[in-house]
Amino acid sequence: MKRIIQWMSFSCLILCTHLSQAQTIAVTGGRLLTQGSSGTIENGTVLIRDGRIVAVGQHVQVPADALVIDAAGKIVTPGLFDAYSEFGVLEVSGVDATVDAGQSGERFSASFDVSYAINPRSILIGVNRIEGVTRAAVVPGASWTMPGSIFSGQAAVIDLAGPGKWLTRSAVAMFVHLGESGSGLSGGSRVNAMLVLRDGLEEARDYATHSHIWEQGAHREFTLTRKDLDALQPVLRGETLLLVAVERASDITQALQLKKDFGLKLAIVGGAEAWVVAADLAAADVPVILDPQRNLPSGFDSLGATLENAARLQKAGVLIAISDGGTYNARNITQYAGLAVANGLPYEAALRAITLNPARIYGVNSELGSLEVGKAADLVVWSADPLELTSFADQVIIRGKNIPMVSRATRLRDRYMNLDEPMPLGYKK
Amino acid sequence: MQQRQKISLFLAVVTLLAACGSEDKPARVPAPSAIGDTPYASTYKALPSQVTLIRNATVLTGEGARIEGGSVLMADGKILAVGAQVEAPADALVIDADGKWVTPGIIDNHSHLGVYASPGVMATSDGNEITGANTAEVWAEHAVWPQDQGFNTARAGGVTVLQTLPGSANLFGGRGVTLKNVPSRTMEGMKFPGAPQSLKMACGENPKRVYGEKGGPYSRMGNVAGYRKAWVQAAAYKQKWDDYEAGKGDTPPERDLQLDTLMGVLNGEILVHIHCYRADEMVVMLDVASEFGYKVASFHHAVEAYKIADVLAERGTCAAMWADWWGFKMEALDGIRENIALVDKAGACAIVHSDSEVGIQRLNQEAAKAMGAANRVGMGITPEHAWTWLSLNPARSLGIDKLTGSLVPGKNADLVLWNGNPFSVYSKAEKVYVDGALVYDLNDPAYQAESDFVLGSLDLEGDTQ
Repeated sequence: MKRIIQWMSFSCLILCTHLSQAQTIAVTGGRLLTQGSSGTIENGTVLIRDGRIVAVGQHVQVPADALVIDAAGKIVTPGLFDAYSEFGVLEVSGVDATVDAGQSGERFSASFDVSYAINPRSILIGVNRIEGVTRAAVVPGASWTMPGSIFSGQAAVIDLAGPGKWLTRSAVAMFVHLGESGSGLSGGSRVNAMLVLRDGLEEARDYATHSHIWEQGAHREFTLTRKDLDALQPVLRGETLLLVAVERASDITQALQLKKDFGLKLAIVGGAEAWVVAADLAAADVPVILDPQRNLPSGFDSLGATLENAARLQKAGVLIAISDGGTYNARNITQYAGLAVANGLPYEAALRAITLNPARIYGVNSELGSLEVGKAADLVVWSADPLELTSFADQVIIRGKNIPMVSRATRLRDRYMNLDEPMPLGYKK
Repeated sequence: MQQRQKISLFLAVVTLLAACGSEDKPARVPAPSAIGDTPYASTYKALPSQVTLIRNATVLTGEGARIEGGSVLMADGKILAVGAQVEAPADALVIDADGKWVTPGIIDNHSHLGVYASPGVMATSDGNEITGANTAEVWAEHAVWPQDQGFNTARAGGVTVLQTLPGSANLFGGRGVTLKNVPSRTMEGMKFPGAPQSLKMACGENPKRVYGEKGGPYSRMGNVAGYRKAWVQAAAYKQKWDDYEAGKGDTPPERDLQLDTLMGVLNGEILVHIHCYRADEMVVMLDVASEFGYKVASFHHAVEAYKIADVLAERGTCAAMWADWWGFKMEALDGIRENIALVDKAGACAIVHSDSEVGIQRLNQEAAKAMGAANRVGMGITPEHAWTWLSLNPARSLGIDKLTGSLVPGKNADLVLWNGNPFSVYSKAEKVYVDGALVYDLNDPAYQAESDFVLGSLDLEGDTQ
């Protein structure tokens, strides 16, 4: 046993250092679940150069200088994309100083741009990337923190490769709370939450057309700050996604009306009862980010929670992504996707819900989400079916970089694998 | 208030009458015992059952063995036979389980179902008496709401027995209760007959966070001082009762509900379950137990158990763990996926627990993840071995392993028929049996119970689906 571990660590030391420097990588012989137009390719090869996918197929010429990763007998997928996380702005949720995912909202609200605080060296990033999570939407207030107003702030998409060019795109979405949580944040009624949002959008519209006279002091004061009003402009133009946290069917219906009234680009997160209004969501082309584990009436806004939410939405034609927003175990989105399959979601749809669909929701699918030529080289070589509980990521590549398959957690494991050592384990590194 | 005065008056009269009727020597009262808890006794009765033979299944016995093409015969609530060849009695219902798996029912030794019920609103939040660092006098069973829909969804996940515990805000949180997972109008109708009660204790961050500004403990030092003070009092209380029982003096000691619980521990009647994350703290808690002469049945969460797996093995204390929860507080930062398997490998009693109304629905999947992570580093854990984490070991920690927890003739027929390998994400519990009675059937709505709260709560009239 000990020997195996030592060998693994040793081989990685040599191999991984070498791999991370390689510019051209060929992942050969795997079963490619591309999520692109080529569908599934048996015995296929993905060729990567300078961080991008340059060839995908059965008959790809592997250059002599390429580093070859043998994926024969294994499954290759695009990297996992967590649609709802707090990566980089959450370390130990119980230690306030390590949490930058939320704010009390005393001065700024909509302008809260989470990308200013993201730490690409976070322990959570290291732990999750070696299990296949390569990209994430960092959504302020996703799970562990509540904002000070219904405006939670602006989300960013990042990669999990660590320091460097980790920011894929900032301000990909404006995150707001309506429904039950919005009520609590705005004065004790869903009405308040809706009014605060509508008023904010109207102010932003007013500001857009009258900013010049406002600057001269010849216009009424706005409730929101200039930065907040600026941040809402692309939302008003329907360019930036408005991501709304709601659970109850009637709240979703209200959000759909809001979309119509202002011409917004909308997505729902939570959506425990989304299946009830699935046809309306499909007709309005509004995606849903959901947690397939939910089946309990955890509150009065989720009486209709069911394990079949994902399957019913997908069947109705709604674009879905799967995440529980937990971040620490973002790696478990494969399990949640598998659970959705066990409850009626087609397998390919489940895999897309954790790869391509999040990229589509955040408008970065031309760059990410599938194994296709021209896209960023995020991929995972899996030991077996990636949705199965006993499968694991054999190798992870993010932006063409081979990720060393170690984390703080694996190092703790290796330190304590054998307790019976002559010297205290503190010396073992 | 008026009502309460009436009751007091009534009690006074009764006492007076009792005193009048007594002889010269006052009547001896029994010492408070956790075993004879008759005022809140179980009224559980097994649901109707029939003689049933499940055959041609992959059977995991729960004691480490696996039988391909195996059979399990149950009658009168008990397991009659388990093996490769079992004859079906003439009156038996025979279920062919080709491609399916049979395991013991899952036992979760850490749940708050019933005391932190769904819907999770303040009005149903009864799991923690956060009014003092020592609330050993409160009992979870007095707050269990049998209409928590979580019991039903847990049953659909193959959970046949669970321990509902008070929360972890207090040094002494109160007594826990072991329940059979059957639908019932009352808590008493779920209470596992013959199961010992438990005491929930907590170490580390929670007590000092909750009570730091409310009179303490403010630090881990204060935590340990708090336990020791209480045990000193409990030992004195026990001495008084022991003396009285031995005939020294005619006046029984004054009852103290808080000390009753702790005395129950010192008498070996109540099992100790401790919420504890950090390795060093678990060892201190074992030392406190040694100082006062009781045993720790199980640590709960035990995120760092892998660092002291050898000590746990040596002291005979179980560790109930998550497969992969980590990081959310300082004492959880060192959580690793291999924790459960490393505890097991050291020869200690490893348990997969949930502490969650969501996690309890898929404890088999939690075990699968723990097994997968272990096997990735070559630990060679088989499904038949991993199942000991889900039934026999938790049964041990609850003191019910002679009654349930494995498929052995004579034990309660608490078992699950899975529609596939239960370590696969795609498998589901197809039939769940408690004491030989079918209590859940995936394919028959007649055997899918719903709580009162859920019944008719979502009006779909007019919706398109």
